Parts: sequence; structure tokens; C-alpha cells
Amino acid sequence: MNKTTNQKAWIFLAPVLILVAFNAFIPLITVINYSVQETFGNNEFFWEGLTWFENILHSERFHNSLIRQLTFTFTILLIEIPLGVAIALAMPTKKGIWLSICLVTMSLPLLIPWNVVGSMWNIFSLPEIGLLGKLLNSLGFDYNYTRQTGDAWFTLILMDVWHWTSLVVLLSYAGLIAIPDAYYQAAKIDGASAWSVFRYIQLPKMKRVLTIAILLRFMDSFNIYTEPFVLTGGGPGNSTTLLSIDLVKLALGQFDLGPAAAMSLIYFLIILLTCWIFYTLMMRNEED
Amino acid sequence: MKNTKWLLPTIYILFLLLPIYWLVSMSFKSTNEILGSFTLWPQNFTLENYITIFTDSTWYMGYFNSLSYVCINTILSVAVALPAAYAFSRFNFMGDKHLFFWLLTNRMAPAAVFALPFFQLYSSIGFFDTYIAVALAHTLFNIPLSVWILEGFMSGVPKQLDETAYIDGYSFWRFFIKIFIPTILAGIGVALFFAFMFSWVELLLAKTLTAVHAKPIAALMTKTASSSGYELGLLAAAGSLTIIPGAVVVYFVRNYIAKGFALGRV
Repeated sequence: MNKTTNQKAWIFLAPVLILVAFNAFIPLITVINYSVQETFGNNEFFWEGLTWFENILHSERFHNSLIRQLTFTFTILLIEIPLGVAIALAMPTKKGIWLSICLVTMSLPLLIPWNVVGSMWNIFSLPEIGLLGKLLNSLGFDYNYTRQTGDAWFTLILMDVWHWTSLVVLLSYAGLIAIPDAYYQAAKIDGASAWSVFRYIQLPKMKRVLTIAILLRFMDSFNIYTEPFVLTGGGPGNSTTLLSIDLVKLALGQFDLGPAAAMSLIYFLIILLTCWIFYTLMMRNEED
Repeated sequence: MKNTKWLLPTIYILFLLLPIYWLVSMSFKSTNEILGSFTLWPQNFTLENYITIFTDSTWYMGYFNSLSYVCINTILSVAVALPAAYAFSRFNFMGDKHLFFWLLTNRMAPAAVFALPFFQLYSSIGFFDTYIAVALAHTLFNIPLSVWILEGFMSGVPKQLDETAYIDGYSFWRFFIKIFIPTILAGIGVALFFAFMFSWVELLLAKTLTAVHAKPIAALMTKTASSSGYELGLLAAAGSLTIIPGAVVVYFVRNYIAKGFALGRV
């Protein structure tokens, strides 16, 4: 759409700007303020310069959380994206009761408060009294997610797949139903196989929604806190301590405000960078 | 192949429903039954857990608190996002692309980063432990999201609609309220739904900003889980009840939900 140039548009934005600036600027400045100072309580602060940043960037603890975070994020992307696309392809295209059932039940996990998701999986996986835990143990696996690292990771990833695959399904589905029927008819006349229909018609048409899906999942899984915190509390040991769990431990648990603030900023910069890549990709898609 | 097409979605739906079933079935069991033996469905069906929740004011007030700040937040977010989304969809102005990007970064900011400064900010202005605090804090991610969704829907409305209205002698606000808003009603519905949903499911900020009077239901659950040992039945009942509001709203927007997740950009 061709837009008109109008500087008065800023007036329309004023309420949004005031609210978001209040919520974003003041806390951000607080964080920056802490990140360069040391405090011993009593509201006494001493200038520290960039010490905290150097400490964090060189600390093994931060490296380990970051590696765990990246492992988690890429694992769930590798499972959720192909699975989501496959389910969307198998969803009904005609309106009807079956479609309504699919849409409503698949949206359910997205609408449950995040700590309830955590509690639900916590109960569901308990080795003695949970359905999943009992099942796995009676099948002969030695499964106990509160004690064994591998089991904790398995449960964590299964929970995230349960929680968020629907987002990918719904996005891909929205992309699929936007494809005009004429494309499929043309493919039929050409005698195209199911695979080439997918490869040359459906996949290119889903490009935009899949970009949104991948990047939303990337960023949201980078921010994930409540679900793993309730499920495993970061344990056993530190084995499932992802970035934000580590950050909250540092800030609210140990009250090390300086290092926590420095870590927040580094964390935020990582997300900002991916956000910028996301935005550039989106805009390029829009121009096509 | 055509006959097996229903198989994958069916398996997936069963996988989705299993943990929910387990939670709901547990909510109808007594604590003794849960801890004592492994049963696939409640042997001694009991409503005790639900009765506890509906008779204890700390419990049912938790629901009231959650719903209060979620509703304030939803209405506030969408109301201020409407003119902003209109500006982004219709006009070019200095810094528009940068501004849109900046709004987006707030949607992506990790809540953990903001938890402590938010606590200090809202304590210092005396809003700590009120509905307003949580409602305002949640606008941080709900306003950008609403602007984003509404902008997507508004860009789909041809500009001729605006121009014709002006030629017919409509003032801007009259056009906006009488013609434009009814045209994008579906988009507004979707934006309301998403704002509701994200405010409903978020807990870290809601928990940080409240103590007693505005404590959300979901935070009460964490407290019960740790303080009173293993009242799993009660926990399950409270959890089951938090699923209901979402399930009710999603039914009404089911036909638009896919488009909404695509942020109006399919």
C-alpha cells in the first residue's frame, strides 16, 4: 500500500510511547546503573566501570548456561518445526467439526498459565504416581527426572514440544489455507507427486509464516523461565539451569545486583541482535 | 494415503490431552489415593479439592485477582494500540521503521531481566501489590503485540475506504469510530484474545509485583506446592480451573486464531 507522509502520525503514537517508555526505559536505565556499580547495601554505591561485564564474559558459569540455552533452543526448533509442518499438512482443509476440534484442542496448551504447564508436567512425569513416569518405568526404563540429567532434559524438551508445537502448526496451517486452489489444480494437470507439490508449492508459500514461527520460537525459548523452573528448578545440580533461571538466581537469590545487571544486558543484547535479524528478514519478505 | 491423513493430527491431539487428563483426573482424587496407589482414573471420586478452593477466600480471590489485572491490561493495551497501528499502516513519518523495531524489541525482552527493576519502579511509585501494577507491567509486551497484529489487519483494508469517507464529509474521528473500527472488528477480536492470553499465562512479573492483595491464582499454586508439602489434589484442582478461561475464549476465536498467530500477515 502506498502511504502518505504525515509527521502528525506521532500524535497517534503518543499513548503507546508513554506507556512503553515508562515500562522499558526506566527499568533499562536502572539495570545499566547497577551494571557499573558495586553495592554493600544501605544504598551505598561505588563505581566499578566495566568489571562486571568482564567477569561475566569470562565466567564459566555464564558460558555453561549459554551453552545449555543454545542446546535447548536448537533441539526444540529441530523437533517442533518439522513436526508442526507435518501436522499442518495433515489437517483438514474444509470447514467442519473435525477442523474445529483440531483448532480448539491444539490451542489449549498455549492458553495454560506457564507455571501450571510446569506443575502439570511435574505431576505427569513423577516416577511413582505420574502417568508418564510410571509408564516409562514399567516399560523397563530407569526413569527419574529429578535425579538423572538425561531424564530431566528429556522431560524438559518433551514439555516444550507439548507446549509450543501447536504454535508452529497454527502458523503453517494459516500459510497453507492461503494458497489458492488453482495452484493445486495446475500441479494435478502436470501430474506432480505429493513431494513436489510440497517442495515447489506449499513450502515456498509457507516461507513467510515459517520465518515468523522459527524466530518467535527462537526468541521465546531463549526467554523461557517459568516452565523449567517449576518442572526441575534448574536441577538436578545445574544441569537444566537455562539463562534466565541463572539470571534470577543471581539477581534475586544471591542479590548480586552488579553482576546480574551486567548479565542482563549481555543477555538482552543477544536477543536484540536476533530480533534485528528477524526484523530485517520480515521486512525483506514484505517487499517481495 | 488419503485415508490415513487423520492419523497424525489424532495422535498429536491425544498426546496434547494426556497430561491435561492426568491433571484433571488427579483433581478428583483424594491426597491419600494419589500418594497411596497408582490409579488410572479416580476410584473414590471426590469434589473435596474443588470445595476447598471455592470456600477459601485466598484461593478464589486468586482467580478474581488474575482476571482483574488481565482484563484491565487487555482493554488498555488494545485501546492505545488502535491509533498507533492505524498510524503505522497508513502513514510514512520520520523514524517509523525504527520505532516499529523498538516496539518489537520490548515484545522480545526476557521478563527475567525486568523483574527486579520493575519491582523497584512500582514500589517507588506506590503501586506495588495492586492490579494496576501488573496490568501496566504487562503492557510492556502486550502493546507491541497488539500494535503488530492490528497493523497486519489494518494494512489489509484498502486506503480507498478512508478517502471515500473524507470525500463524504466525515471527520477523522467519526470515520475512525463509525466506519474503520467496524471494518476491522475481527482484527480487534484477535488482538483482544492475544492480549488476554499472554497476560493470563505470564507469571514471573505478576508474581514479582504482588504480595497479598493482587496475588494471581497461578502464583498461589507455587506457594501451596512448597509450603504445605504435598497437597497434589488441591494443586491439580487449581490448575484445572486455570485452563477453563482460555478454553472458553479460544472457542469463540477459533476461525481467526491461525491468522492471529501469523500476526495478520498471511
